[in-house]
Amino acid sequence: MKRDVVITGIGLASSLGEGLEPHAAALAAGQAPIVDTESFAPYPVHRLKPLELDRQIPKKSDQRQMEPWQRLGVYTAGLALDSAGLKEDAQTKSELQVIVAAGGGERDHAVDSAILTGLRGMNETGAFLNERLMGDLRPTLFLAQLSNLLAGNISIVHGITGASRTFMGEEQAGVDAIRTAHARIASGQAEIMLVGGAYNAERRDMLLLFELGGFLRHGDYAPVFGRHSNPGLIVGSAAAFLVLESAERAAARGAKVFARLDNVVADRSPRRAAGAVEASLGKLVAELGPVAPFALAVSAATGIAGITTEEANVIAGLNQARRIATGDLLGHAVEAAFPASIALAAAALDAGHASEAIVTGVGHWRGEGAAHLSKA
Amino acid sequence: MSTHRDAKGRPIVAVTGLGVVTSLGQGKDANWEALTAGRSGIHRIERFPIDGLRTTIAGTVDFLFDEPFTAPELSEKLATLAAEEAVTQSGLGEAGAFPGELFMAVPPVEIEWPQRQELAGEIEGDADYDGLLRAAATHKYKAMHELFLFGGVADHIADRFGTKGSPISLSTACSSGATAIQMGVEAIRRGETQAALCIGTDGSVHAEALIRFSLLSALSTQNEPAEAAAKPFSKNRDGFVMGEGAGALVLEDYDHALARGATILGIVAGCGERGDGFHRTRSSPDGKPAILAMQDALADAGLTPADIDYINAHGTSTPENDKMEAMSCTAVFGERMAELPISSNKSMIGHTLTAAGAVEAVFSFLTIAKGRIPPTINYTQPDAAIPLDVVPNVARDAKVRTVISNSFGFGGQNTCLVLAAAPEAA
Repeated sequence: MKRDVVITGIGLASSLGEGLEPHAAALAAGQAPIVDTESFAPYPVHRLKPLELDRQIPKKSDQRQMEPWQRLGVYTAGLALDSAGLKEDAQTKSELQVIVAAGGGERDHAVDSAILTGLRGMNETGAFLNERLMGDLRPTLFLAQLSNLLAGNISIVHGITGASRTFMGEEQAGVDAIRTAHARIASGQAEIMLVGGAYNAERRDMLLLFELGGFLRHGDYAPVFGRHSNPGLIVGSAAAFLVLESAERAAARGAKVFARLDNVVADRSPRRAAGAVEASLGKLVAELGPVAPFALAVSAATGIAGITTEEANVIAGLNQARRIATGDLLGHAVEAAFPASIALAAAALDAGHASEAIVTGVGHWRGEGAAHLSKA
Repeated sequence: MSTHRDAKGRPIVAVTGLGVVTSLGQGKDANWEALTAGRSGIHRIERFPIDGLRTTIAGTVDFLFDEPFTAPELSEKLATLAAEEAVTQSGLGEAGAFPGELFMAVPPVEIEWPQRQELAGEIEGDADYDGLLRAAATHKYKAMHELFLFGGVADHIADRFGTKGSPISLSTACSSGATAIQMGVEAIRRGETQAALCIGTDGSVHAEALIRFSLLSALSTQNEPAEAAAKPFSKNRDGFVMGEGAGALVLEDYDHALARGATILGIVAGCGERGDGFHRTRSSPDGKPAILAMQDALADAGLTPADIDYINAHGTSTPENDKMEAMSCTAVFGERMAELPISSNKSMIGHTLTAAGAVEAVFSFLTIAKGRIPPTINYTQPDAAIPLDVVPNVARDAKVRTVISNSFGFGGQNTCLVLAAAPEAA
């Protein structure tokens, strides 16, 4: 059994604002990105346009139980449910399966800094560390930063009692989340799924992991595909959630369809040699089948040296495709980068900018993915 | 060649390889011997200083490294050992070229204190995150990036075993191991792959991890004697004990396994999962999500409660879980619960967290194969509120063809698996 899968709900939030409108406008107009080069200097960051949290997370007690990436994700999942017309549909929410691509691991900076400073010059550090952690860690921080608790909070705040799964693994988690949700619906294992991810870029502890590997661009903004002299990724706070649904189910309830998600494929090249990403991604795009001329190519590329050029080469092989880098609009949103790119492609198809779209993604360290979408 | 399908017309998912490591030892034989002898792997923590901690015991795996190590390194080592045992038993594929996908339950990772201290040593003045970033920008610590990526452990396992496609790193908290198996089942049923390597691993007992659970009052504080602290379903149960380990299963399309003459160890007959929107750490008081997850798993397997011979409990030894689980089982199995054996491996190995669903699935298949049910040890004070046959303290011989294995986790995760003996040759 291979059934059509359609996108019937889109939730998006980023530096550009929330919902489809500002993102569709930016897609159409090629608007200048909103980048803050001061607050986290030398790292430029696309900062989130502040959200009125009460609109999607009415209880302050819920808001307090989450770190900002969880709030951003829960908020955006709510936008997707609203967009799909499911917010008040208790029956559907009891069946709705959720896949979240999540990071996590936020720290209490003040506690960490005080402990690290205190540990300086100590020989026996264990007792001090235990005492300070027992005394200074907020008990609720653990849950507020735990990967699967974004899904848990979506369930609590929006009343979704279908099962959730959380994928981890940076960018590829976002690719595999969309791929798995699509495969489950296409094969008849599920009827409707909520899938997406959220990333909060405005944290030094999150920047740290990328900087350890030397993956961050320093200085000013430059477009993703124009960073040759100073390569690296520029992170952006963003979240994207999609409601995916079997075409029959969507038709039966008269749902608005933004686009059809035809196929999603993924692989992992070991990247031991130059050209490995191009070969892997090229093979994936070929697996998607023929692409009409003048398709839209939405890329979740990072801007990292080598692999970004290899991705560009694959996109250049598409017949007269118009290329858009999600990172130029939102910044790089790691786990949310691929879901956000799918959301942008669906918005563009819905707005009539093209009749087909290809979405590509190459993780900063591992993983390649691609998807094909068509106008509904 | 004939084609076999389950009651719903789907490919049957066979198990052709099993591997396990816990605090009881490495490999199925060592674990089974200890489990059926009622021996505990829980002990006083020696890995890090325990000064000032309320809980000072755990089921850590201490026999794999001589040098200090991080949680992702131990998690990877545990997974490697369990997977080697499972893949070798299955005889599937060439060495380093496993012909199927990888589904891996891994603990969320983050930079740990020794590494943070190393970075702080690079800078002068306050050791704040701006300073740590300056240290990182020297690019002297590049190896830490790969070490602390969420996707790193699964990537290394994919490299080592040569699995196909994009490896999945997943978390559904304490039901993660069961979810990894469920995802393998689904992929085989879709016909996407004919084999899957499903692993749950957790080697994340370090000071901060323990303190986090301690601050949530989730852990037993009855430190003396250590081996008596985990006492699922007992009246005096007071929290779980952290454990480490890994379980690995080779899942395979039944016909594919038959065609190559593989020994079929059993089948994963059904899976059920439900979310719970009640609370971040507590289960719905009515047990509804757990009840529905068990019922879904039975329905998915095309079976009824009467077909189940044994329940491999989640049985964490927390006051709340065990009460909720007992009540939910009674709702599903009715009057049969008085005589249906239910035992918790966690009484001996502790709660292996991310790995638990996979480790306990391996033990469930061993229970079926050996016809012997591992006990719930430390059952000296029965809880009158939850009268169960917990197979108290001593292993029991029994004919077990079909098991339901429960896993429940923080964040409203409920996953149940129906695991069964191999079908009669057809």
